[in-house]
Amino acid sequence: MLRAKFFQDHPREMCNAMSVMGPAADHYPHPHLLGIEGLTPGEITLILDRAQHYAEKNRSADKTSNILAGATVVNLFYENSTRTLTSFELAAKRLGADVINMTVGTSSVKKGETLIDTAMTLNAMNPDALVVRHGDSGAVKLLSEKVNCAVLNAGDGRHEHPTQALLDALTIRRHKGRLHRLTVAICGDIAHSRVARSNILLLNTMGSRVRLVAPPTLIPSKIDRMGVEIFHDMEEGLKDCDIVMMLRLQLERMEGSFIPSVREYFHFHGLDRAKLANAKPDALIMHPGPMNRGVEIDSEVADDVERSVIREQVEMGVAVRMAALEILVLNHRKLGGQA
Amino acid sequence: MSPAIRAKGAGKKAFINARLLDPINQTDIIGGLLIKDDTILKSGADVIDATVPEGFEVTDLAGACLAPGLVDMRAQLREPGFEHQETIETAGKSAATGGITTIIALPNTDPVIDDVAGVEFIARRARKVGLAKIFVYGAVSKGIEGTEITEMGLLHQAGAVAFCDGVKTIASARLLRQALSYSAFFDGMIVQHPEEPELSKGAAMNSGELATRLGLTGVSPLAEVIQIERDLRLAEMTGGRLHFAHISTGESVEVIRKAKKRGLKVTCDTAPFYFSLNENSVSDYRTFAKLSPPLRSEDDRQAIVAGLADGTIDAIASDHNPQDVDSKRLPFAQAAAGGVGFETLLPISLELYHNGHMSLLDVITKLTSIPAGLVRIKGAGTLAEGTPADLVIFDPDRPWKIDPYQFQSKSKNSPFDGRLTQGRVLRTLIDGREIFTEGA
Repeated sequence: MLRAKFFQDHPREMCNAMSVMGPAADHYPHPHLLGIEGLTPGEITLILDRAQHYAEKNRSADKTSNILAGATVVNLFYENSTRTLTSFELAAKRLGADVINMTVGTSSVKKGETLIDTAMTLNAMNPDALVVRHGDSGAVKLLSEKVNCAVLNAGDGRHEHPTQALLDALTIRRHKGRLHRLTVAICGDIAHSRVARSNILLLNTMGSRVRLVAPPTLIPSKIDRMGVEIFHDMEEGLKDCDIVMMLRLQLERMEGSFIPSVREYFHFHGLDRAKLANAKPDALIMHPGPMNRGVEIDSEVADDVERSVIREQVEMGVAVRMAALEILVLNHRKLGGQA
Repeated sequence: MSPAIRAKGAGKKAFINARLLDPINQTDIIGGLLIKDDTILKSGADVIDATVPEGFEVTDLAGACLAPGLVDMRAQLREPGFEHQETIETAGKSAATGGITTIIALPNTDPVIDDVAGVEFIARRARKVGLAKIFVYGAVSKGIEGTEITEMGLLHQAGAVAFCDGVKTIASARLLRQALSYSAFFDGMIVQHPEEPELSKGAAMNSGELATRLGLTGVSPLAEVIQIERDLRLAEMTGGRLHFAHISTGESVEVIRKAKKRGLKVTCDTAPFYFSLNENSVSDYRTFAKLSPPLRSEDDRQAIVAGLADGTIDAIASDHNPQDVDSKRLPFAQAAAGGVGFETLLPISLELYHNGHMSLLDVITKLTSIPAGLVRIKGAGTLAEGTPADLVIFDPDRPWKIDPYQFQSKSKNSPFDGRLTQGRVLRTLIDGREIFTEGA
């Protein structure tokens, strides 16, 4: 295992990791995965350790298992998504589950049945897990209250996107060997980003320092209370960082003028080689995708094979979602069996 | 009230051994009250068992409070147009249960109350239902669209007691100036919902740490005071009577306090939500706590309490806003704002007394004579001889747990769901008729 090997080479880090974060939890006690908020370091480590197992399996010839054979996973997406939907679909299929994808356009929601009605309808078909993405913060939690299967939040409004934060964490851990005592700069459209919120929560929980780098209009009010440092100047913000996490500029979510122009945004807050030079020489470049090349990130750094782990993030996405689905569905089966 | 209902006012009644709360005379004494048909015959310390004349039905209140029926100066009845949420009848029952005898209803119905026919429709329906006395605000602008002024004079003559644009801000400075200026000739009052519309666009809750954590669009509390500051200038310029509804921030209290000191004819009210809850009620996306204005920080809540105690905030209104389940059982950003308030108005207001911020009489004054005076309704909010016998009898101490499913209102959207509180209405009388009896 990569993590074990890292600790063999760096015994001090092993001590630190154990003393700061402790070992993985022996079980995941929640019925759902709605967000990073409320997860303990041990629970996060539990998911990541399991995901690491799948990451290795996914690279081998024998990718599939039948641990979830007979289980039904419904992907209910109220927002268009190719990457996350595909990732969840593949994850469920590799575990042997039956998968149904439902993509509901936001316009038809207004005309048709409510979120709760849809939830009740799907619930009546006895799925084992519902994977839900919705444009409104809190919508996935609302839905989870009305169903009796496991619910995975695949992104709700600007609130949380827990599997993204977990896959980012797994990617970081594979390269840095730890998730504590790192300085992580999250850069760009924080205001509209659920990825930023989940990452702040996860990295803080695991003992890393988080910086936010963005123009003032894209920093939400009082976010400093979440335990982050705020920078408006990118060069200053990237100074001595271990990780540079870029966010997509979500122009489609913006009401009013948050930035004057894409050109100006790239000039001050786009990641290029000159700004990156302020970070540590071995700093990783991350992006949750899809990238706006030339808007928040220059192609030259995005495609830098030495530094960019953007493609590995996609790979880890499948592994993390396999781990999450496995843990939740097996939990649910155990609970269902008792009832 | 119509003669038909007056006739139902049953004979001669005497209440003795009551804690009489008289907001006009500012007295809080043990005494009694005599009712003949629909009016108060006499009230005072000398009304005791021995002095009650022959022929009166005597009730010993055993020390329970007797006060003028509450006058609720801001409520939505949802009829006409939204009868699935509330009707004048269910609102009347709910108000009676809450000890409210006079309601001033907002004009944001469908159709909007922006013409004489609308005012008359409400009056006719209220007479027919025969519960709380219902008055209306006329709309300031036609269709509450914020552009063209309504026939304010005619509306006033038909019975509209004041003017507002419902839950919308009168955003146009020109329109507000004209309304303030024009309505001065009949002593009209303009009620503003102070929320700068551009700053509050798309907002679901108060801005700050919690909104950021929940990923919800927040509105800065400054959106309220910015609107108030502009409007104070317009009130000063025109000399018109301006009233700010449901103020919710400390800054607003401060600005209005200063304006009053300068001698401006400006008044304001708040709702129980804003002095008893803060934004933390929204945690976990509780849509019942989605209100307009949104619940604010704890500092703001305390400033509202202080504003009530020092008299900066003149009145307390329920801000009753019934919403059906389907309007609330939605993702937070999509859910309708508002909470029902009739049946919690008195007990939540009494928390100000129980917590030692205000005297019982002061609390009752803000719920009765002051709002009645602001909207110029004669004979309400008083225990004076010859006025209508609109009364509430309550036990200020009785503890109970708020359960919206016991409410008479058609809608159950109360942010106070499950709250432990003190103070229970025992009887409500309108024109001498007992329209609510606790436990009956």
